[in-house]
Amino acid sequence: MTTCRKFGSRPSAVLVGAAAILISLALATRVLAADLEVKIENFTFNPQKITVKAGTTVTWINADDIPHTVVATTKDFKSKVLDTNDKFSFTFTTPGSYEYFCSLHPHMKASIVVEAAIGQS
Amino acid sequence: LTTTSKYERDGDGVSRRKVLECMTWTGTGLLWTLTGGVPRSLGLIGEAVAADTTGLTFLQISDSHIGFDKAANPHTSATLEEAIAKVKSLPIKPSFMIHTGDISHLSKVAEFDEADKIISLARLDVHYVPGEHDVIDEQHKLYVERYGKGAKGAGWYSFDANGVHFIGLVNVVDLKAGGMGNLGAAQLEWLEADLKSRTASTPIVVFAHIPLWAVYPTWGWGTEDSVRALELLRGFGSVTVLNGHIHQIMQKVEGNVTFHTANSTAFPQPAPGSAPSPGPLKVADDKLRTLLGITDVTFKPGQKRLAVIDRPLQGEGKAS
Repeated sequence: MTTCRKFGSRPSAVLVGAAAILISLALATRVLAADLEVKIENFTFNPQKITVKAGTTVTWINADDIPHTVVATTKDFKSKVLDTNDKFSFTFTTPGSYEYFCSLHPHMKASIVVEAAIGQS
Repeated sequence: LTTTSKYERDGDGVSRRKVLECMTWTGTGLLWTLTGGVPRSLGLIGEAVAADTTGLTFLQISDSHIGFDKAANPHTSATLEEAIAKVKSLPIKPSFMIHTGDISHLSKVAEFDEADKIISLARLDVHYVPGEHDVIDEQHKLYVERYGKGAKGAGWYSFDANGVHFIGLVNVVDLKAGGMGNLGAAQLEWLEADLKSRTASTPIVVFAHIPLWAVYPTWGWGTEDSVRALELLRGFGSVTVLNGHIHQIMQKVEGNVTFHTANSTAFPQPAPGSAPSPGPLKVADDKLRTLLGITDVTFKPGQKRLAVIDRPLQGEGKAS
């Protein structure tokens, strides 16, 4: 049910695929963090704050009956409009703190902290 | 559903100028009459009205959300058609219509086409402002090309009709994280210049999608920099602000300014704070049209408070 074709204009689809292969190859070493989902419901991003390892792909899914967007305040990532059940994925490769919001309902704010992956310095 | 904030007017403010004697809400449309710049009583929709029609009558519709097909109302085209039928059945033909945004649900060409097809059945000029659902595409090209010809920015403009100065504002683009609606510096500068040549006695009608007053900031129901716009309007004797966005009727009178929000033609939303979030409110099928009903808002000379009567399409009306 991924809508990467629709919204993943970025190389996220490729990265997801690559990540899957890598995980299957190197699961025991846990090189890559598990991918995460953020649900958009009741005009909130849930969970509102997450911390992930670099290389993690985060997928947002809109569970509201109203369209939303996922836009980094720094413009590092920006989804197209997500209608009900539409998804958007982004792979975080650079450690740092990312604030994002819905550009249609800007009171909806959330953040993601990306930590260096194990072995990365 | 209707919630009302009532404020005493200043003793010699709006009422002395006999600004708004009567307004009639339909839930599907708000009917106004202004004669020689002074609003006149029009009576209630459905009554035979023998009023002097030399003034100006206009109508507001809002939030048609064409393309929305979820549980709260899978038939938004049908309810817009009902709204337009209502407009056509009015005893006094309005001079024009304003649409306070969210014409479409997802800014799709087909949705705009469908809305235009239905709204054109009213055979009235329509003055639009965009809602956030109409400017989803990059650079809001679709909206501006279709509705914003000759307008500034993302579609703000002004025009005059029968001595009344109308100002359509855009507060749904370039929204800032953590904020609400946004007018922006360029538009405020334009507004200041636009108002500069008007005399203080000119009645002003401002319309925009998101309320220009803080209805409920927790849900983003307000406009960050509306205070600056209202400062520019302070010197005018009669200012009426018409908004949509919240899909329910609210009103407030503050000094020289009367604020109103209109019902949607598509679906209701919860009253502020009465639900975990805003959004389409699913009600029983036989209740939907009771929430799209008629509400009359009446200003009577000499009365300090405005009177609101909700007249749902089904059920008894009552004063709030």
